[in-house]
Amino acid sequence: MSAVIDTHAQDHHHGPAKGITRWLYTTNHKDIGTMYLVFSFAMFLLGGTMAMVIRAELFQPGLQIVEPEFFNQMTTMHGLIMVFGAVMPAFVGLANWMLPMMIGAPDMALPRMNNWSFWLLPCAFLILVSTLFMAGGAPNFGWTFYAPLSTTYGPPSTTFFIFAVHIMGISSIMGAINVIATILNLRAPGMTMMKMPLFVWTWLITAFLLIAVMPVLAGVVTMMLMDINFGTSFFNAAGGGDPVLFQHVFWFFGHPEVYIMILPAFGAVSHIIPAFARKPLFGYASMVYAVGAIALLSFVVWAHHMFTVGVPLAGELFFMYATMLIAVPTGVKVFNWVATMFRGSMTFEAPMLFAVAFVILFTIGGFSGLMLAIAPADFQYHDTYFVVAHFHYVLVPGAIFGIFASAYFWLPKWTGHMYDESLAKTHFWLSFVGMNLAFFPMHFLGLAGMPRRIPDYALQFADFNMVSSIGAFMFGATQLLFLFIVIKCVRGGEKAPAKPWEGAEGLEWTLPSPAPYHTFSTPPEVK
Amino acid sequence: MGVHTMRAGVLTGGLLLPAWSMADWAVNMPPGVTGTSQDIFSLHMTILWICVAIGIVVFGVMFWSILAHRKSEGHEPAHFHENTTVEILWTIVPFVILVAMAIPATATLIDMYDTEESDLDIRVTGYQWKWRYDYINDDFGYFSNLTTPLDQIYNRADKGEHYLLEVDNPLVIPAGKKVRLLLTANDVIHSWWVPEFGVKKDAIPGFINETWTRVDEPGIYRGQCTELCGRNHGFMPVVVKVVPQEEYDAWVVEQVAAAEAERQLTQKDWTLDELMVRGEQVYNTACAACHQPDGTGVPPAFPALKGSAIVTEDMPAHLDRVINGVAGTAMQAFGPQLSEVDLAAVITYERNAWGNNTGEMVTPMQVFEFKSQQ
Repeated sequence: MSAVIDTHAQDHHHGPAKGITRWLYTTNHKDIGTMYLVFSFAMFLLGGTMAMVIRAELFQPGLQIVEPEFFNQMTTMHGLIMVFGAVMPAFVGLANWMLPMMIGAPDMALPRMNNWSFWLLPCAFLILVSTLFMAGGAPNFGWTFYAPLSTTYGPPSTTFFIFAVHIMGISSIMGAINVIATILNLRAPGMTMMKMPLFVWTWLITAFLLIAVMPVLAGVVTMMLMDINFGTSFFNAAGGGDPVLFQHVFWFFGHPEVYIMILPAFGAVSHIIPAFARKPLFGYASMVYAVGAIALLSFVVWAHHMFTVGVPLAGELFFMYATMLIAVPTGVKVFNWVATMFRGSMTFEAPMLFAVAFVILFTIGGFSGLMLAIAPADFQYHDTYFVVAHFHYVLVPGAIFGIFASAYFWLPKWTGHMYDESLAKTHFWLSFVGMNLAFFPMHFLGLAGMPRRIPDYALQFADFNMVSSIGAFMFGATQLLFLFIVIKCVRGGEKAPAKPWEGAEGLEWTLPSPAPYHTFSTPPEVK
Repeated sequence: MGVHTMRAGVLTGGLLLPAWSMADWAVNMPPGVTGTSQDIFSLHMTILWICVAIGIVVFGVMFWSILAHRKSEGHEPAHFHENTTVEILWTIVPFVILVAMAIPATATLIDMYDTEESDLDIRVTGYQWKWRYDYINDDFGYFSNLTTPLDQIYNRADKGEHYLLEVDNPLVIPAGKKVRLLLTANDVIHSWWVPEFGVKKDAIPGFINETWTRVDEPGIYRGQCTELCGRNHGFMPVVVKVVPQEEYDAWVVEQVAAAEAERQLTQKDWTLDELMVRGEQVYNTACAACHQPDGTGVPPAFPALKGSAIVTEDMPAHLDRVINGVAGTAMQAFGPQLSEVDLAAVITYERNAWGNNTGEMVTPMQVFEFKSQQ
């Protein structure tokens, strides 16, 4: 009897399959994590290229490079690809790699579904990107696709866009179910909820947000589908519908969505700062509660995106107060990070540089968010470049820098090699300067009165637009360096020890580097 | 610094300096000319300074830690963590600051929403891509179109002082009067914004939104559409001319008379040449944005008119298209937007321009009859 069991057990200790089938059929969380990260970086470059087209057109007043139709397609596709193709899959990739290793699990709880949720993504984006080559062009109504511009007045490709969004939604929901099932069921003995690493906590909360709002997105695009193809009038005023309903439903999805893109970064940074300050996180429990509070509040603030649509005064006041309240738990997080750094013993390797920049620049994005929350002032800021500056400050140094920090932090664990530190620092400084040069002047442009989503502008906006474009080109070009650093690190480099960072804590560092194909087949004991 | 770097620096500087010498480096919101805009400006500055103060404290502690508490300085890490008192403190203090901020914000918002007791009501309708202003108390109205020539937009001519912020017919309002604006839209959502007034409100099809302004200082104020509304979203400015009451009254009398004269033009006998001249003007303001000045369109969204079967042959279909639009597409119904004369002129123009040369003409009376038969 025991002999049979032994043979069976040995079958499970094989390495990865050879060739393309390894990637097509894999149920291994590390392989799937890698695929998510590679896919996300490819989308980051594609969406970034579109940003370069936008900034090139805005380099000077007048129309030089593209026509307004194509410009609108670029802004729309840039937003959609960055949100759904770059940022979200990157965090799912990090979750796949790190969650099982952090909680002492052998793999994700639902490995086959894991494979399926990844492979849906390339299909969705193939459909989305193919709309660029269709008659009438790609979606051109902004990533927020407000009806009736996207329904009655949308290009023929809108139906393909809706199909792509549905597929992405299914992929995200399955990914979220998998994360929740893994975290709730597969923790090592002794790892209680309040002993979970913060990246695990933030991802658990993010997964609940995803399950709550992705169906709402699916609902809104389905209503669009009906309006476009089946003669309904959900959003068509001429048929008794309500264009503002679209915005309510969209932003009920859209606001939690922005926290979906930032909470996992909060978690990762809460690992990286203590590691390089060589000092425990100042307030673990309050960090968990703060993330919970942010997640709950994110459901009751959606109409702050709609202060100018004519929401009644009482509604306007409610959404203003609720939005201002979000500053409190967000402040708690920032104060805790700073208190962790205070009186530590800090070193500034690339992950720490990105994490510190994350705290500073995300806080600046938070400040402009607080300004936008003041409803009367929002009447001046709304739909100007001030808003563009705000959300790029929370998404680029927030989500994207969070992802870079995580990548450098865990690359030694993934590849078994140290990355090239001086190149990584160069990557950081060029990104930091480029990003600020690109996005800080946008605050000024918005305050001076430049609306967003315009391909051409009045002459008083010329100078800052030129500065911004130069910064954007610099930031964009720098990202190729990251690709080079990662390839170099995968191919070789200084051998990484199991725990390459002196102050790092967590189960993942008890594993050898690179982490073996199968880890924690026997659960570790957590005290 | 290497020679190449220096050369690159000089080159970049040389390229940028000419632009910088005529720089307009405005970094802040204009305080504006209305009570609302000034209230908003002071809220904006208050919250900005609060953020700056918090930023100085937080980043101050952070940079001090970064500089002093580093391993390379030989700093040993402390091990303190978890302090409930501190956590409660930095939850309560920001909360109190926010409450203090919410009070003036609430007062301003209540004032902005008070559209009662206006002296004058104007309906503002957003169209792709122009504004229409209807003076509902005086029974006249008109469209306000961008006047910046395409040559400037496509860099074939020098850009004027008010590039993209100039229109043919600005909104005219009297100084010192409370003007209520009733906003709606004909097609997609637009948003009417004049920064100097602190007024921005979405114009939504099927809805009538209200807002108001009172401007004491006569002058010309400029803004733009701020809700993405399609191809020419960046090309539908708002221009408001604020004039003293007497001047305003005289202007209203003039407009009412002009509207009456326009109605009488329908009765006049028109020649093909007269219609062609008028038609070209109408075409360039109402049609050229989509169908292009040379009638080639941007297929498939905006079909070519040059050589089109409808435009060169089927006259009733042509009238129907222009007057009733095509449901579910960007082709609007121009029947309610243009006068009979303008409709007749533009249809005649389309049937004879760009080598269409049908030699056919449509009179204002024919348009009038076509409209009455529906």
